[in-house]
Formats: sequence, C-alpha cells, structure tokens
Amino acid sequence: MEQDTSKLYTFLIYSENVPGLLSQITAVFTRRQVNIESLNVCASSTPGAHKYTVTANCDERMARILTSQIEKRIEVLQAHFYTDDELFINETALFKLSTPVMLKNPDVGRMVRFHNARIIEVNNTYTVVEITGITNDILSLFDTLKMMDCVLQFVRSGRICITKSRVEHLDEYLAVREAKRIAQQEK
Amino acid sequence: MTEKITGAEALMRALEHEGVDVLFGYPGGSIMPTYDALYDHKKTLNHILVRHEQGAVHAAQGYARVSGKVGCAIVTSGPGATNTVTGIADAMIDSTPMVVVCGQVGVAMLGTDAFQEVDVVGVTSPISKWSYQIRRAEDVAWAVARAFYIAKSGRPGPVVLDFAKNAQTGMVEFEPAEVDFIRSYDPDPDVNMADIERAAKMINNSVKPFVLVGQGVELGNAQKELRAFLEKADLPCGTTFLGLSAIPSDHPLNMGILGMHGNLGPNVMTNQCDLLIAIGMRFDDRVTGNLATYAKQAKIIHFDIDRAEFNKNVPVDLTVWGNCKKTLAAVTMLVDEAKHTSWIEGFKPYEEKEYTKVIDKALHPTEGPLLMGEVIRKVSEAANNEGIMVTDVGQNQLMACRYFKFTQPLSVVTSGGLGTMGFGLPAAIGATFGAPDRTVCLFVGDGGLQMTIQEFGTIMEQGAPVKIILLNNNFLGNVRQWQEMFFAHRYSFTPMLNPNYELIAKGYGIPAKTVIERKDLDAAIAEMLATPGPYLLQCAIKEEDNVLPMTPPGANIDEMLLEI
Repeated sequence: MEQDTSKLYTFLIYSENVPGLLSQITAVFTRRQVNIESLNVCASSTPGAHKYTVTANCDERMARILTSQIEKRIEVLQAHFYTDDELFINETALFKLSTPVMLKNPDVGRMVRFHNARIIEVNNTYTVVEITGITNDILSLFDTLKMMDCVLQFVRSGRICITKSRVEHLDEYLAVREAKRIAQQEK
Repeated sequence: MTEKITGAEALMRALEHEGVDVLFGYPGGSIMPTYDALYDHKKTLNHILVRHEQGAVHAAQGYARVSGKVGCAIVTSGPGATNTVTGIADAMIDSTPMVVVCGQVGVAMLGTDAFQEVDVVGVTSPISKWSYQIRRAEDVAWAVARAFYIAKSGRPGPVVLDFAKNAQTGMVEFEPAEVDFIRSYDPDPDVNMADIERAAKMINNSVKPFVLVGQGVELGNAQKELRAFLEKADLPCGTTFLGLSAIPSDHPLNMGILGMHGNLGPNVMTNQCDLLIAIGMRFDDRVTGNLATYAKQAKIIHFDIDRAEFNKNVPVDLTVWGNCKKTLAAVTMLVDEAKHTSWIEGFKPYEEKEYTKVIDKALHPTEGPLLMGEVIRKVSEAANNEGIMVTDVGQNQLMACRYFKFTQPLSVVTSGGLGTMGFGLPAAIGATFGAPDRTVCLFVGDGGLQMTIQEFGTIMEQGAPVKIILLNNNFLGNVRQWQEMFFAHRYSFTPMLNPNYELIAKGYGIPAKTVIERKDLDAAIAEMLATPGPYLLQCAIKEEDNVLPMTPPGANIDEMLLEI
C-alpha cells in the first residue's frame, strides 16, 4: 500500500484587491480534488493587497503544484505553503450555552474557566462564551460541553496565522517588482 | 476638451491602437452598439463574418498561430459567448494569444437572468488567462490595453472582455492606454545566470543528450537561437506536434516527433539518454506515456516561461525560467562545441526499422485504396514543403503531423491539447488572413468537417484560399482505431453515413473534386494548388487505415507498437 504522506498545510496567498479572485483560487483546489478545510480572507498590512489563509490536507508535491497554479493567476502577487511549526496560529470560537443547564451543573462554568474561555454575555436563557486558541483546544472544550448537554450553538472561525520567518516575502517581492517597473520605465 | 465618444467607438480606437487589422465575429443584441461603431471602421478593422461563434474563435486562433500576433474575436452575449467557450479552452491549453470581446447585458440587468445574459466571467475564468467585465465606458481603454498585454506576453493565452451594453453606449473622453507592467505578473523574467551556468555544465558533461522541442520555441520566436544551440553542442532533438515547425523537418539534428504517435527513435532514446533538455514544452501525457518509467535514467533540465509547468508532471533536476529566446542564447554562449556522433548514429536503426515497417508502407502503397500518409506527403511536396499545415483532430491530424514536412516557422495549426474536432476548417480560414501569402493546407476528416461545415459560407463570402483536403474514410477513424485495438473491434457508433461533400462545396461555390484512384492523385493535387482561392479535394481513403506506430495509452513511451 502506498504511504499516506498527506498533512495539513496552510497556504498564505496575497493578491491585488480585485473581484472574482476567491473563486479562481478555490477552483485550483477543487480541480485537483483537494478539500479546503478552512478559509479566511481579509485586507493585509500592505495597502491594496488582500490576504487569503487557506488550510487543506495534501502531500507536499500537491501543495507545491497548488501554490504555483495559484500564483499563475494574473492578479495573485504571491502564494506560499507552510506547516504548523512555521506559523503562529489562532482561531476563535463562540458557544451559545443554556443558562438553566449551567446553573444546574457547576462543572460547565468550571470547564469554561479551565479552558481559558471568556463569558461575554449572560441572560436567563443563554450564555455566550468566547475562546481563542488552536483547533485542538477549541474542539476539546466543545467535546466537553457537548457531553454536558448545554450547547445551543457553536461556531469556529477559519485559521488565521502569521509566519515565524524573519523575512517578509511579500515586501521583498514588491520591492523587486517596483525596481523592475522603474528600470523598465527608464528604458 | 477632448471630444466625447461612445464606449463602443472607444473599443474600435483601442483595437486599432493595438494594431488589430482583422476581427472574426458575429453580431447579436448585446453587441449591437459595438457593431454600429464597427460600421465606420470597416477600412481599418477587417471584420470577417463567420457562420457560428465557435468559428470566430478558432479562426482567431488560426490567425494568431501563423502570424505571431494576437487573434481577435467579437461576439454577442449569452449563446454567442458560450459558443466561444471551446475555442477559449483550446487557446488556453495551446497557449494561443487571443482576445475575445463578448457583448453583455447592461449593468442594471446583471444578475436578473435577463435575455441572453450569462455569467461569462464566471464561465471563462478557469479556462482563460484573464477574464474581465467592462462595466463603464471609462474602462475601455485600460481594459483593452491590459487584455492585449496579457494575451501576448509571457506564456500567451486567451483573454475575455465581457463588454456590458451600458459601457458600449456610455460617453467617454478617449485616450489610448498603454500597459506594459502589471505588479502581480512577470512575463519577462530576468535570466538567472547561475541556472544557465548549471545547465551548460550539465550539457557539457552529457554523453547522450536529447532535446525536446515544444511550441515555446515558436512562441518565443527563438527558432534561430534553438538551431544555434543544437548545432554548437551537436544535440539531437525531437519535437512535439505544436513544436513541429520550430526546426526544419530535414535538419540533421531533428530526429522526429515525440509521443504516442511520434517516431520510434525519439521515444526509445528518451528512455536511453543521460540528459533530457526540455524547451518550451509541458510534458503532456501524450508525449510522456507512463510517467513511472519516463526518462528515469536521465537528468532533466526544463526551460520554460511558465513556472507553473516546472515539476508539474515530471520532476526535473534543473529549471531555467524565462523566454527561451534569451535563455537559449545565454546557454549557447557557455556550452562547448561538441560532437555526439555515435550517440546520434544510435537513432538510425530505429529510423530504419520504422521506415521499413510503417513509413514506406504508408507513403508508397502500390495497390488498394488511397492511404492518408501518401496523400499528405504529396500535398506537402507539391507545396514545396513551404505550406502551412492546418489539421482537424483525429487520424487526419496524427497523419498530417507525421507526414507533412516543414521548412518554414509558424506553419503548424492544430488543436494539440484540447483535441477539438471542428477546429480545422475555421482555423484554416483564420490562417489565410494571418499569412495571406502562404499556401494553407487543411487536412480534415469526414467527422470533424461536419462539426463546423457551416464555415464554407465564410470561405465563400471571403474567397478564403483554404485548400481543404478531406480524408474521407466513412468512419470516425481514430475512435474506430481504438475500438479495433482496445475494444475488440466493437465499432460502437463510429461508421458514418456521409453526404455528397462535392455537392455541398459546390453549393457554396467552392471548386471540388474527388479522387478515388491512386493514378489520379498527383494531377488532382496539382489542380487544387493551381486553382486560385478555395478548393475541396476529397480523397476516398482506406476505411480501416491505422495510425502507427503507437504507444498505447498509459504504456511506457519506448514500447511503441509498429503493427497491430
């Protein structure tokens, strides 16, 4: 049997801020039968550039192909892929819990505190709890609360992350491109 | 203050500014303001009215492939636009520079399922290099400049401009725009000298080098650079179908065609060389066969302008990113003058074996019905091997690529990657506009011809001098061959009841003749070439003629069948 070498990769993609790019990027994954596990899109710290954070399970060769196919789209500035140890990672989750159950069972409140989660709203009917952390911490709290039969709603955000590298690839790239633009203009 | 003009008029001026002289198109509701503007530009923008929008895009492709310029098609919204989808996908996979302008309903109607509204950008994004909706007249100049820049630069490809009706009628002060730089797109990377030095070292150390020549050489206009490179280091080469005319067929270092229906020598030697040098080709599965056994013994260098092609299908040892016109020139400076005589001699036995078992029989039959190979070679030679070869898809294509000969660059118009039946006839029409001084020979089967046969009307109206060689075997020949080889002779829906093609051609005023017997072939070809304008030469071909040799799908590339 072939060895399964797939693991969770995080793709950080920077693009110009133009409509329609998200579907172009997701299409690259779909076409190669790779499921997107999570997705976050927002403006980046570089003016005009959007940042896409995508996680997906695949092997390294596929991650390389996906990255180069994404980067091939005209308005994509850069695409890179990373393993978890190369990133600072965070996710946020919100829980809507039943207040009557919480009052009956003090272990619920104990578990919320044990997981460093925060209560941000309480009324007679429900209590809203927020937690920030990595996937495993969040899912561990969810599993615990689920067993206590108090979860009315649960939502988890896509992963957001920044690189541990001391090199800012996007800034370097943009500097090289700007130098080329000036050189071309002078020519 | 500059005068105000409509967005449609701005499109005309922008196209003229880009040097467009021929447009292939078909009018309709949502593009009418643009056609109205075109009425005043008939002298500069030669609009060719096709008979179906698919014909417009394939004609634009044919035009682009033989001229090296950007082909241009213009159609209406909805069905007009969706009819171009096949041609856009074809141009994408075959790297053909093309701009397709589609009409679109007005912005206010977008998303309402309006009459003839379709999400053209959504449909074409995955199959085009760039797809953009022009929503305001103010954006016309910029969008057209950007479209042409993207279509022709780097690895060329199709661009779609979805032109909303309100942008066509809106008023704008027009200034032509220039786009020669896009921050997120680098079509002309600087040559990395370290990679060039590594490549030269690998080539200088190689005892059994072999070069794979793809269409990138033609697209990069690097035919001279390729020859200088090959000749200095004495490197034998094989070509892909799309790279056929990048080097003359009879060049002593040209060992023939790569891939499934290519020549025996190049395929066998791919798996014997010690260094494989791929230039402007993408290791298509029809070229490589079974990847698990492909050139495993060799080091591989890949020259390409599209970085996404590196290590996509075949892992390589060195990549050289850039336009091969520059990278080949750079590496040629550093390679040693060498002789690989005994290695090159090694191709000969395979060439002789293929000649005896296949080629001689295909070219010089003495009895039985006409064969495709003999017809194609005779046409090629009657046109002094200087003609443009256009093909449809199927046996006609494989045989034409095998037996047509090339002395001139930019002489191959074939649907290589997508394999689009129906491509040939409209592409050949486009080629006559792209290279009006050359002989355009179309090889087409009885199946493919009927897929776009309405373009006889375009030929009639334009007098387009397409020499149509119809290789009629009353079968969908290539599928029939596969059924014979891999499906136990079960000819499931491949026999064809054909119409009287001569009568059809004559109905369109196209002179036509049918050849049945071998003794009449030479005279018929001579008559076709001597007749000015279009001509249909129907050849009654042996019904169950096979294209050989062949590497069966998924088999090792060096295990070619010479007979069935």
